[in-house]
Amino acid sequence: MTQDIDPITLAVLAGRMEQIADEMDATLFRAAFNPIIAEAHDASHGLYHAVSGDTLVQGKSGLPIFVGVMSFAVKAVIDKAAENGDLEDGDIYIFNDAHLGGTHLSDMRLVRPYFHDGKLFCYLASVGHWHDVGGAVPGNYNPAATDAFQEAFVLPPVRLAKAGTIQTDIIDILMRNTRLPQSAQGDLNGQLGALDLGVKRLDELLAEYGADTVRAALDALGDRAEVLMRSELTDLPDGRWEAEDFLDNDGITDVPLKIKVALEISGDTMTLDFAGTADRCAGPVNIALPTAVATAYVAIKHIFPSLPANAGVMRPIKVNIPDGSLLSAPFPAPVGGYTETILRMIDVIFAAASQAAPDRVVANAYGTINALSISGKRANGQPWVMFSFYGGGHGGSIETDGLNHGNAPISTATIPPMEILEAAYPVMFKQWALRPDSAGAGMHRGGMGATYEIEVLEESATAFLFGERGRFAPKGAAGGGDAAMNVFAYEQDDGWHNPPMASKMVGIKLQRGQSVRLDTPGGGGYGPAADRAPADVARDVAGGLLSDAYATETYGPAWKEVSL
Amino acid sequence: MTSSNRMIGVDVGGTFTDIFVLDEATGIAEVAKVPTTRPDQSGGFLSGISQRVDDLSTVSVVVHGTTAGTNALLERKGAKIGVITTMGLRDVLEMRRRDRPRTWGLRGDFTPVVDRALRLEVPERTLADGTIRTPVDLDAVRQAAQQLIDDGCLACAILFANSYANAENERLAVEAVRAMWPNAHVSASSEILPEIREFERFSTTALNAYLQPEVSGYLARLETALKDGGFAGEFMIVQSNGGVMDVDTAAKLPVRTALSGPAAGVIAAGYIAQAAGYPDVITGDMGGTSFDVSLIAKGKSMLSPQTSIDFGMVVRSPMIEITTIGAGGGSIAWVDKGGLLNIGPESAGSTPGPVAYGQGNTRPTVTDANVVLGRIDPDNPIGGKLDRLDVEAAKAAILEHVGNPLNLDALQAAEAILRVANSRMAGALRLVSIERGFDPKRFAFMPFGGGGALHSGAMMDEVGLARSIVPRYPGVTSAMGCVIADMRQDFVQTINATLAGIDLPNLTGFMQSHVDSGLATLDAARTHFEGRDTEFTLDMAYLGQTHTVAVTLPVSVVDGKVIPPTEASIGIAFDDAYRATYGRLLKNGTRRIINLRSAITGRRPRFDLATLAPKGGSVEAAFKGVRQVHFGDSWHETKLYNRLELPVGAEIAGPAILEQPDTTVLIEPGLVGKVDAYGNTLIERATT
Repeated sequence: MTQDIDPITLAVLAGRMEQIADEMDATLFRAAFNPIIAEAHDASHGLYHAVSGDTLVQGKSGLPIFVGVMSFAVKAVIDKAAENGDLEDGDIYIFNDAHLGGTHLSDMRLVRPYFHDGKLFCYLASVGHWHDVGGAVPGNYNPAATDAFQEAFVLPPVRLAKAGTIQTDIIDILMRNTRLPQSAQGDLNGQLGALDLGVKRLDELLAEYGADTVRAALDALGDRAEVLMRSELTDLPDGRWEAEDFLDNDGITDVPLKIKVALEISGDTMTLDFAGTADRCAGPVNIALPTAVATAYVAIKHIFPSLPANAGVMRPIKVNIPDGSLLSAPFPAPVGGYTETILRMIDVIFAAASQAAPDRVVANAYGTINALSISGKRANGQPWVMFSFYGGGHGGSIETDGLNHGNAPISTATIPPMEILEAAYPVMFKQWALRPDSAGAGMHRGGMGATYEIEVLEESATAFLFGERGRFAPKGAAGGGDAAMNVFAYEQDDGWHNPPMASKMVGIKLQRGQSVRLDTPGGGGYGPAADRAPADVARDVAGGLLSDAYATETYGPAWKEVSL
Repeated sequence: MTSSNRMIGVDVGGTFTDIFVLDEATGIAEVAKVPTTRPDQSGGFLSGISQRVDDLSTVSVVVHGTTAGTNALLERKGAKIGVITTMGLRDVLEMRRRDRPRTWGLRGDFTPVVDRALRLEVPERTLADGTIRTPVDLDAVRQAAQQLIDDGCLACAILFANSYANAENERLAVEAVRAMWPNAHVSASSEILPEIREFERFSTTALNAYLQPEVSGYLARLETALKDGGFAGEFMIVQSNGGVMDVDTAAKLPVRTALSGPAAGVIAAGYIAQAAGYPDVITGDMGGTSFDVSLIAKGKSMLSPQTSIDFGMVVRSPMIEITTIGAGGGSIAWVDKGGLLNIGPESAGSTPGPVAYGQGNTRPTVTDANVVLGRIDPDNPIGGKLDRLDVEAAKAAILEHVGNPLNLDALQAAEAILRVANSRMAGALRLVSIERGFDPKRFAFMPFGGGGALHSGAMMDEVGLARSIVPRYPGVTSAMGCVIADMRQDFVQTINATLAGIDLPNLTGFMQSHVDSGLATLDAARTHFEGRDTEFTLDMAYLGQTHTVAVTLPVSVVDGKVIPPTEASIGIAFDDAYRATYGRLLKNGTRRIINLRSAITGRRPRFDLATLAPKGGSVEAAFKGVRQVHFGDSWHETKLYNRLELPVGAEIAGPAILEQPDTTVLIEPGLVGKVDAYGNTLIERATT
């Protein structure tokens, strides 16, 4: 039975607990070694329910996809600890098994029970994307993987610490299974530090307010999030809307894979039904069930940005993921390319929701993270690996054009500066530019995608790319046009080539002076192109973001009459 | 008595222009406050000075904290400028670091300050190791410059890849452009910020160019007016790093004024706190829309390497670290559909302002809660713009928007608004200290600005602080800071090399050139210094680590010559700094030097804060009457005092309110306010 809590204390505690999670985020970002955590903030922290593992509070600065997925990681530990039957204060579990915890094997999850007065109060968790966890390909983005073992070393939930004592054997195993042990050790220390800080802050908070009051606040916040979500849904019309889109292929067989959703709103509830989605495939664009459910949450939070990050939000929402589909692939199906699949899930949820509430939903963003790796050996024999994700355009909205060159909706990652990459690796960017004519047309056009052209400066190198949207364009909304598709090209002695699988390819051999080129998609347009102000078209033409021919064909000749 | 050594600090804020005049001979200080004039702020600037000084020839130094640059950036009112950049890189300014305005919602776009049509590319390329792969095509540069001239640009930024590693191509290009375009507003990125990271360097350089015509014109107008009034002293400008620079440097580097005014306030706060005997303080400036917090440890303020003025508008230069949360006096209190009470981020600002102002806003604000609870005098609103405040309207708004949804009466609802606002503000105090590894309980709270001193008791309570220090003139802290601030110049140079085998002559060469340039500027200044300090810091990390630690080098400068450091001494300094930050060292890690940072400071003479202390006065004379003020769940008869009339040593037990023209100091029940020897009010817990 939960105790009542006065609204003032509740509002105060809401802020205090959010701050604990934010401080844990800040602690890891500062301490982490690898730039994927330190700069791109591919990590997350929060407080989770002692029995269900549900998200109670999560930090605001971590990666959006983790907001929904972390509760699965905690639940996996709860189940494992129950099986072990020896959970005690000071235990810390660690694992990267994506089929249990969602996302992919690069994400190392640490889960720590928090005890108060000898009783389990809640769980604290820390997840961070490690630079390398073994597997066939450095950095673990293996577009040709056909099972999890080819992607990475798989660690099930095991006790990293027992009653406060670190099990160094586990660390030894971990460090022997990464190409970058120093980086991994730095990241692990950072995650342990974040958990320590969370414990300390919770101790202080419970001492100040009492465990019953804090527990009551946590329960009340979940209930209120549910009320908020129901109220938002009530404001939307009842009905059923469908949308479908495709992944180019799974990297193994060149067959498009359908992602389909039916979005149904009835009163204060919503159902997202993915029936009709393609079956499980051989390649790594499968995802595990936790990832699929979490993705629905990410899409919903983008549509209703002020909703809090706790599990109460999901109570009025039913997510149906069909068995046997690529959205609920069992172990050991490869899931390394999960980012591409969940981006497409978000695209179809947006496309369906924009039929229900066109004012609230933006057009599709560029829809692929374009994981590009270039690696080789320097003249002195030192190996190098440049691994990064590349940006594209965001969708237009009822308010403004889409953002040029933004980050993916599932991420808040920034891109490293070109000069940092050039200083660290033997490459030179011949272009780092916006890609003209790449945005979907509309009253508010999409954001422009980008062009990156990278020349190799050492004797030889190998490149691989894991991307999408090479065959199916990001879609417009409310009558807006589709954006340009992803185009990848690489240079060989006989000229430029495109991969047979569009945006996925392994083992591209490059010689000194040869380049690869990535033209990323823009975002979809919003509203009919005919409604766009001619002055806005003229400005884009003057700046070279639209070619004369494209502008006239898409928007008509009115822009030519505008004097800027 | 006429003297020629009066110092004047002028802080031009959004609403008021504050003047602080110090006579160095007598130690007498005076303050004045006049409305800020728009669009040309020089009117208020000069009229404010003339309120206190008849003869400008008696003035030795005028120091100005300005928002001219910040406003021009926020309102996008800078000049039409052009960019000449490396082939393939014209969009760096527009692509940013691939971020987005808000995490959730995916809405919003970004327009850089330079049109794409005015960002021109030329053939040239330098590699990361400094090798010139393609020499700059100077004909193309000249052609591009001509096009920018023809298009009516007023300033030009030359932005080349890897110019931090070798500035040769940029240097040749900027020479060529200056030769054909006699314009003070032509600059190369390596002149403004020779540091790795092209977006940050390009953005800083472009924003600087964008501000140059506007800010240099404004400063020239001020300087001319001062000279016409007989002023023959030094005119200086406060930088975001809390130091001052001469007006010529400011005209060249206006981007360094981005946080000029607030930085001066923090400098003054640090000085006051140290003089009062409490060198560890957290300042809180409560304005209409925000609460700005800054941490001062052992009398020193924290510097952050960069800030974003608005989405995508990054300025990289050392700045006093100021954390802002959206909890100001005008922040709106509202209950969401889930029944949770929220404060902000929406704000009624100063226009229309709180409901009590009667200027059209109907949604309750933090100030309205203070009004309804009797903490603000409705008959004498501070600032002097309004005759009285509408308490009933504020009460009705609080009841409607907060009370009714939460089942509280108006007073309970007003208390609730303050509790939530105080909790948010306390959270900011905690975060700034914890992020820096400090225990917040060690610090005193120093409110400044008009509203902060209403909340000092709550900050002590929530954070567990021992005391608050309310400066004698909290409303003119920034103007006072102008007079206190040292002359400081910051330099940066990217080194990008491992410590093992570091090229020491090269490193020392950069240090020496920074010292030469910094000392030359000090020599040229027409003000005198009590001393000169040089500080060298290296940004260092282990190979493979992204975040760097600031490693202060134990290097001395003798007669202007840098004594070179050794590899071993740098290594020891790094290990110490790294251990202090992360607790442990990395075995066998390769240590790397990213940047050299040098700060050259001329210490300006201090004035004795005791001169600000009240002369005479008595508690009886200061007593103004009583008012009912609501604390907790009941009304308390609360004594009111004219704060400036209270003598040194006065002790006022709470509940009490100390009023002065621009500030209200609240002493809650159980607290006591003591006037110290400098006129500050120390608020502490009453000993029973």
